[in-house]
Amino acid sequence: MINVLLARLRQGHRTIRFPTDKPNVPDRLRGRPVIDPAKCPPDCRVCADVCPTDAITLDSKGLRLDLGRCLFCTECVQACPQDAIRFTTDHRLATRAREDLVMGEGELKLAQALDEKAKRLFGHSLKLRQVSAGGCNACEADINVLSTVVFDLGRFGIQFVASPRHADGLLITGPVTRNMDFALRETYAAVPAPKLVIAVGACAIAGGPYIHQPEVRNGAASCLPVDLFIPGCPPHPLTILDGLLRLLGRIESRPA
Amino acid sequence: MARTGFAALHPGQAMPKAGLPLLPMPEFQRAIAAGVGRGLRVSALFGHCPAPGAPVELFAVLNDSARAILRGARSVLAADDFPSLTRECPQVHLFEREIAEQYGVTPRGHPWLKPVRFHASYRDLAPGSPAGADADAPAQALLPALEGQAAPGAGTHGAGPLIGVTDFYRVEGEEVHEVAVGPVHAGVIEPGHFRFQCHGEEVLHLEISLGYQHRGVERMLIGGPDKRGIPAIETLAGDTTIGHATAYCQALEALGEGRVPGRAEVLRGVALELERLANHTGDLGALAGDVGFLPTSSYCGRLRGDFLNLSALLCGSRFGRGLVRPGGVAFDVDDARRDQLLTRLAATYRDVQSAVNLLWESASVQARFEGTGRVQPEVALSLGLVGPAARACGIDYDVRSQFPSGIFRFAQVPISTWTTGDVFARAYVRWLEIQRSVLFIQEQMKALPEGPVRTAVGAARPDHVVVTLVEGWRGEICHVAVTDDSGRLARYKVVDPSFHNWMGLALALRNQQISDFPLCNKSFNLSYCGHDL
Ligand code: SF4
Repeated sequence: MINVLLARLRQGHRTIRFPTDKPNVPDRLRGRPVIDPAKCPPDCRVCADVCPTDAITLDSKGLRLDLGRCLFCTECVQACPQDAIRFTTDHRLATRAREDLVMGEGELKLAQALDEKAKRLFGHSLKLRQVSAGGCNACEADINVLSTVVFDLGRFGIQFVASPRHADGLLITGPVTRNMDFALRETYAAVPAPKLVIAVGACAIAGGPYIHQPEVRNGAASCLPVDLFIPGCPPHPLTILDGLLRLLGRIESRPA
Repeated sequence: MARTGFAALHPGQAMPKAGLPLLPMPEFQRAIAAGVGRGLRVSALFGHCPAPGAPVELFAVLNDSARAILRGARSVLAADDFPSLTRECPQVHLFEREIAEQYGVTPRGHPWLKPVRFHASYRDLAPGSPAGADADAPAQALLPALEGQAAPGAGTHGAGPLIGVTDFYRVEGEEVHEVAVGPVHAGVIEPGHFRFQCHGEEVLHLEISLGYQHRGVERMLIGGPDKRGIPAIETLAGDTTIGHATAYCQALEALGEGRVPGRAEVLRGVALELERLANHTGDLGALAGDVGFLPTSSYCGRLRGDFLNLSALLCGSRFGRGLVRPGGVAFDVDDARRDQLLTRLAATYRDVQSAVNLLWESASVQARFEGTGRVQPEVALSLGLVGPAARACGIDYDVRSQFPSGIFRFAQVPISTWTTGDVFARAYVRWLEIQRSVLFIQEQMKALPEGPVRTAVGAARPDHVVVTLVEGWRGEICHVAVTDDSGRLARYKVVDPSFHNWMGLALALRNQQISDFPLCNKSFNLSYCGHDL
């Protein structure tokens, strides 16, 4: 017993002061990319050609990068002779609309809060049922991490629940394998309305590395209405938390 | 081993496919049975269909860990069925089911022939066939619409069976009841289906039915290596990114005669051990949580993240995404980063010691761990269990020791074993491994060789085959690559340790309380997606 108490002392207080303090992220974190199409030589396509998920398009509108498809693998960065693409350590990536994830030169349109009525319903108590539909256990692991003392998700009133009937929405990971399609829809149907759907990770947004594989459905939006998209492969826990808090209006859009 | 006609194979060394003896089926099977009878283990047994309509070829890789050598051979199926070897050699049970499902052939007399992942046969989707070549082909061509009725042929392999629609093993009798759980479970966890046959609280039998995570990884790799290969490998079991990426890169390096610089070998080894540390620590915390011992559960949850952050220190990704690449690693470390890694590792390890030792000192924890979910050593051997689950039954096998590759050729990690085969043993082996992994990283990072971290790897040699083995945190990862006459991957077989071990969990539950399932499950902590591919 005494050792339990000593251990308690030694382990200390570990909860980070997010979102009040600027979070500590790894210096090599691959967060929000910055692209500079002005640097692109005419007809250069090397970045698009090396991209494993065809996240990069080059057309009359210039270079655009779809964060929903992006695996943050940096193959494009390594291939680009002009340094036209680089990744910053900005962890904020979540958006409300799928098309907002397609980035051009400008800023990323980060997720807006729910409307007032929904905010009243979910703002201080959001219960989510997580469904992994082909997720590789990396997104799942970094969702689980939010419930540890470091992030302490409960202090924001957000909690993962066992039954969809107790939930206000689904948080989906994985590309939605055909073998999970039915179970996912049934789980969604079991959540009482009004309900939210949150897609976490490249797989759940667009199929991830498995995009266009006949065995999967290219993400949650292919079968359910998605309210929040959180990119990454997997997203950093702070990226997920930031997205959830923005949705609830607990983080206002402000400069980094 | 001329007696049985299997050839010696060295992991990580490519050989011409023709060097792999082609045996008549009876001889091929006899050799497998005889080998397993002598204590060899089946590391891989899989089918391959070189062209649409061509007969199915079988490949076997036997693991003679006592002599630190692999034995391989192949055979061609003359007909669409063959006598099952499962009754004689239980550890091939799932391999035979997989072959049956992937290639539409029947192992005659298999005692439990059911789908593994519930998909249509790959037979007609060999390279060159229209559906195989065109990734955008309508999916209905491959899998039946879900809205449709259950295919009566579930368990047969013409059309794709509907997931979960299949017979389950049943125990009948007064007061016997069945509990069905999943695919959607209570926690934040991958999907799978569990059927318990219970008498009161006691579990008489557990059947585990998976396949919900099937994404078609092996089929996707055919025709590579290409740009989609590495991301698929890194995510086929996302908590084992480094383990699988290392096995894949070693295969491409062997096929393309690439050489990995020493510095990169060290960084790969360090990343592999960080992956082990994070997962073992997290699992010890989860085990504590499952017996209601909150201090360790809460501390280890945080500490697991601290180890993940060390992987992120190396490459920016907590799971090591983007680190291991053919020819080496994509990120180097300078002295400052190395020092930071060592300092943070030491601090995290001190906290892990304080958190984990509470487990062994608490009688209430020990009472729940000891004797729960016991697997007898002979069961572990006959099922061919691997990794900590096998070492917890006293089985002296660790790829890092018997088949060392990369830096493990120069820095041996002692094998950690225990003998009791219960939850305690599986937990304690993890703890022993944590201590040894920390020591390994400290030694290696202090003696990091100078030089580049990546070199170019040539194109894969045509008509070659290579086997690679890596000790992932769950146990033996086995990859087998076979190239065609133009050097493309004709077949890429992945055997995740979970493929061997799920049956071990099912048997560990026999005669246990059903309420001990979470505890037993966590003590194995197997991969759903690594199994489902
Ligand atoms: S970082 Fe994203 S955009 Fe760039 S190659 Fe990788 S997946 Fe494509």
